[in-house]
Amino acid sequence: MKELILDYIKREYLDADDAGDAPLTADTPLISSGIVDSFSMVSLKRFLEKQYAIRIPDEEATPQAFDTVTSIVGLVARHLPKTGA
Amino acid sequence: MAYPAAVRDAWRAELAGIREKGIFKDERFIHSPQAARITVEYPAGAPLKEVVNLCANNYLGLSSHPAVVAAAHRALDERGYGMSSVRFICGTQDVHRALEEKLTAFLGTEDTILFASCLDANAGVFEAILGPEDVMISDRLVHASIVDGIRLCKAMHDTYKHCDMAHLEEKLREHQDKRVRVVITDGVFSMDGDMAPLDEIVALAEQYRALVFLDDSHATGFIGRTGRGVHERFGVMGKIDILTTTLGKALGGASGGCVSGRKEIVDLCRQRARPYLFSNAVPPPIAASAIAVLDILSATTARRDALEANAAFWRAGLKDAGFVIKDGDSPIVPVMLFNAKLAQEVARDLYDEGVYVVGFFFPVVAAGQARIRTQLSADHDIPMLERALEAFKKVGAKHGILGLDKKGIIEKYGL
Ligand SMILES: Cc1ncc(COP(=O)(O)O)c(C=O)c1O
Repeated sequence: MKELILDYIKREYLDADDAGDAPLTADTPLISSGIVDSFSMVSLKRFLEKQYAIRIPDEEATPQAFDTVTSIVGLVARHLPKTGA
Repeated sequence: MAYPAAVRDAWRAELAGIREKGIFKDERFIHSPQAARITVEYPAGAPLKEVVNLCANNYLGLSSHPAVVAAAHRALDERGYGMSSVRFICGTQDVHRALEEKLTAFLGTEDTILFASCLDANAGVFEAILGPEDVMISDRLVHASIVDGIRLCKAMHDTYKHCDMAHLEEKLREHQDKRVRVVITDGVFSMDGDMAPLDEIVALAEQYRALVFLDDSHATGFIGRTGRGVHERFGVMGKIDILTTTLGKALGGASGGCVSGRKEIVDLCRQRARPYLFSNAVPPPIAASAIAVLDILSATTARRDALEANAAFWRAGLKDAGFVIKDGDSPIVPVMLFNAKLAQEVARDLYDEGVYVVGFFFPVVAAGQARIRTQLSADHDIPMLERALEAFKKVGAKHGILGLDKKGIIEKYGL
């Protein structure tokens, strides 16, 4: 899941001239560092909802919850249907 | 009244934090009319100093132009000072309608509605025409007032990478299921001075059945062969569905803005746009002077031609001196310093050398993208700009940044 989300973020938010900057990892701050502005966050939310067939309520789609891929993975996991139940 | 000490202390701490970061914005008092050369008191209480102004939006030098001032005087005598009413109650004079018609003709659109500012125009237009079945697709660097307008609107929103047409196309494809798609862009981007590729945007909008929204605040009056704006420059006049612009920059610089474009969109704004319905009418002297400005600009291109020549001279001069500037073709020329404190210090040193500029940094621009934004005016002349260049070279040398590229400056000063 991490890789898929990282990939999307690179495609959706990074420009070609960011390539020389520090590589993006699961713990790179996204929003607080300005890589993703909170205004453009919506496409990431829609991507997650579509990719994992979940609905993330707006009140949970906070800049904090979206700040790193690690926390995004946690957020998605909370909304995935429980397997084996 | 309850202003609890804890709340006061919290806000004081926030202010202190802003100062500590070196990004506190304080104002400088100008003791003269807006012009290429102004008299400034800075810091407060300091002796007055005459400096070259390189940070006004006074692109055409019309803010204090005698014909513009005279038109305001005349209207003040003949139509009074203020309207004390919103437009639809008893706030519409003949001058308002005349100005709206002049703007429509100048911009090459179907109709125009005035607002108290372009911020108001941008804040009101989307909500007035779009609903949940629609989508707004905006460039990621659009002006803050557009961001506000988008936030106030119930339509879905999405963004594309700055001026990235492949990414825009991807988004247009993704949103084919919506009733209305609106592509939203600035004409000239105010912080970078670059231009949206409007011909390509219009072509994509036609291909994917989308409307085009253009904020031409930093272009109206001087971009394009006759100064109509970025749509003229790219040969797509008449193809912009929603065009917003300001009277607060090149067009006399007082205040006021408008939504110009398709008739039905303008009509809906008159019925529904909240900043139009619930805020006072533009004062008569301002409306009358804006008409005078449009008359000047329709009669001659001398001012935009002078501005273009000044901007070309200035860009080349800064580049030759070894500064990192953002490439472009507008009178906005950002000198990149990347580090916020460095931008502040360079601005302060330039003031000592008689050049008035301001440092911009997060959150006005992205973190690590601090800069000094220089803006040219038709009222500058080459000797004035030559002296300003000497000042830039002196200050650049003092900070050891001449000839350094982005990487070099960041290595030296950090982000
Ligand atoms: C692109 C853009 N749009 C709108 C505005 C707001 O214009 P006004 O001063 O008329 O509210 C500005 C001014 O800062 C601007 O740069």
